[in-house]
Amino acid sequence: MTARYYWGLHLGLIALLFAGHFVLPAYQHGNVARIMVLAVYAMGYNIAFGYTGLLSLGHAMFFGAGMYGMGLLSYHFDAGALPAMAAGIVAGVVLSLVVGLLALRTAGVSFMIVTLMFSQALAMTLVYFRDITRGDEGFVIPSATRRLWGMDLSDEAHRYLIAWALFSVVLIFTLWLVRHRWGRVFVALRENEERASLLGYDAFRTKLGALVISGTISALSGAAYALLFGYAGATFAGVQYSIFPLLWVLLGGAGTVLGPFVGALFMFYLIDLSSGVTDAYMLIAGVALVLLTLFLPHGLVGEVKRRLWRDLP
Amino acid sequence: MTKLILPAGEGAKLHSPGRRKALKTLAAGGVAAATMPLLGRYASAQSAAPIRIGFQKHATGIGAAYGRWYERATLAAVEKINGEGGINGRPVEIVTEDDGTDPKRGAEVLEKFANQSNCDVAYGTLFSHVVMGSAPRAAELKLPYFVVSEGHHVASGALNRWTLQPGITDVKSQIQAMAPFITDVLGKKVTMIFPDYAFGYDHRDNLAPAIEAAGGEVIEKIAIPPSETSYTKYFPRIPRETEVIYHVMIGPGVLTFVKELGEFFGPSRPEIFGFVDSIEATDLTSPGLEFLDGTYFWEGMPRYAQADDTEYSTAYRAAVGCDANGASLADPKDVATYAHMFGCWETLHIIKAGMEACDYKGIEDRQALIEAVEAMTDMPEGFDHPQGPKKFNGKTHQTFGQQYISKVEGGKLVKVHTASIEDTMYPDEVDYTTMSF
Repeated sequence: MTARYYWGLHLGLIALLFAGHFVLPAYQHGNVARIMVLAVYAMGYNIAFGYTGLLSLGHAMFFGAGMYGMGLLSYHFDAGALPAMAAGIVAGVVLSLVVGLLALRTAGVSFMIVTLMFSQALAMTLVYFRDITRGDEGFVIPSATRRLWGMDLSDEAHRYLIAWALFSVVLIFTLWLVRHRWGRVFVALRENEERASLLGYDAFRTKLGALVISGTISALSGAAYALLFGYAGATFAGVQYSIFPLLWVLLGGAGTVLGPFVGALFMFYLIDLSSGVTDAYMLIAGVALVLLTLFLPHGLVGEVKRRLWRDLP
Repeated sequence: MTKLILPAGEGAKLHSPGRRKALKTLAAGGVAAATMPLLGRYASAQSAAPIRIGFQKHATGIGAAYGRWYERATLAAVEKINGEGGINGRPVEIVTEDDGTDPKRGAEVLEKFANQSNCDVAYGTLFSHVVMGSAPRAAELKLPYFVVSEGHHVASGALNRWTLQPGITDVKSQIQAMAPFITDVLGKKVTMIFPDYAFGYDHRDNLAPAIEAAGGEVIEKIAIPPSETSYTKYFPRIPRETEVIYHVMIGPGVLTFVKELGEFFGPSRPEIFGFVDSIEATDLTSPGLEFLDGTYFWEGMPRYAQADDTEYSTAYRAAVGCDANGASLADPKDVATYAHMFGCWETLHIIKAGMEACDYKGIEDRQALIEAVEAMTDMPEGFDHPQGPKKFNGKTHQTFGQQYISKVEGGKLVKVHTASIEDTMYPDEVDYTTMSF
């Protein structure tokens, strides 16, 4: 199908989410705002894992770097929203560059372990330097930071619209990137790194670029999460927050632009709804995930791509 | 899981088909409603709609043992409150949601309480990182948030006008109250062993000044990572001149910690003082804990029935379903988080008192509820406050109360000292009443 269709699909989702601002009940409105911010994290992860084949178990370090880059500047220096966000993004760029330069010397299982170790090191650092970071207890983002162009970001409407804008920009960027020559090289490396190298592509630099883009988007999400929801804590740099984006991307469909959002949405409501049915909601979630893995191994959007729309980005 | 706890007795029959049919008839019959048993019980209320209290429960995650007993204390308190006619003549409903002991989920749960479950207030959080992650959302949602956490985060000024801790004292005041006993009775040279994360840091940061003020000295601070499984390698760092070991270890490694400490010192040990958090929800007769005999513990409320227990304390023990050893009546091995869970019972009674003081009618009165609680001061010991009398500081949103020190004798904790409320007080660090809503 032509580019017009998939652009229409993705812009349609953006329009649908914008409409959601006006029609969603209060609780769902808040949920979707949160899901959009987390989906940005998943989209960042998807660039590394879904498109480039870099299975990281340590992306929480990038999410945490963004969160703390933003939060610490705000907490200790009373920075405004924009400088604080910029600090979060810079933290993500620097960390992903440094980690990439070291971790990309490995591949496969070794890469997973090295990223996991780096991430754990960051999490422990956040806990250890409690006088600065407030440790695992975390801290509340000062209200002065949570203002942007006269808007109070703790306001539900402002929060939703900022989350929507962020999500839209990253979704469009991702769609553009994966259709761009660079994105195609990412996929080439994922599919056959040796062949891509033989064709003259610099595998290391390309993977480093993918990891930096991925880490930076993840950091952007972490910074936005702290800014919009008012809290930064070391829990967000813990191993479970490295597993979440992997789960969301696998559920939604690795290597699809919409997959991360669908996966994050599905997982959020699976937990939320099943917890309203039984205390053993994690069991329900686990069974659902096993079934999905067995019967939809490419994820929800991935199956659509496989069965119906093969050139869906 | 969402659970709705309806009042006991007649109220519990509300869901039966017959009762539902009767209520439909009542709706048609108008004033005849007041003659029916359910509504008759709450006849003085302008509305018999329940007061809904969102209970943020640590059902899963590292706080699960506390969450289970916090829920039992909560349900027992609600049963008592409803048995006495509810709040402003309205029954109380508990809406329980698991927060997974996770700050992100904690904030989501508050949103659910405020925007979906139509709760009047949120309540019940223990772990400090969940409180910190949830409190900003409470303020944004303008949802009164009553925590039962012990953390100093409320009184330190880190939170907001909508977050209060009126039913349990904070760690800073507890430590301060213990210091004179430690230096006067046990020894002046103290080595502390604490977990290397937030809860431990509260002790690390507050113990040394308190001990120094009481004429002693903390000569070594040994932080142990929370993931540690073997402790012997840390013990050589304990200075020889140590007179008192102060420990606050928590988690599954506590039994190993105590066992290895016993093996390290043998029969000639220094005095040992711990916070009962180390052995909360743990059976003192567990193998390996014999070494604790003769050591001392802080307790928020004595786990074991004492000879001088008040009638309030005895009634509370029965209401929450605990035996004289602080274990479940149904299962003697199921030991309660007795030193902390009274905070749930007392906080619910404070919510009741606050709502009655401001004539709370609905969510439009949430601000009035906060102001009513802020106006509270003395909370006398009684059936509503079985742990002991309290002084609430409306400016800092923090309560102050008696603390207890118990000695392990024959596998039981025997109360040997009661620290007064005055021993726990410290200067205000914040005035929330000057903050806007």
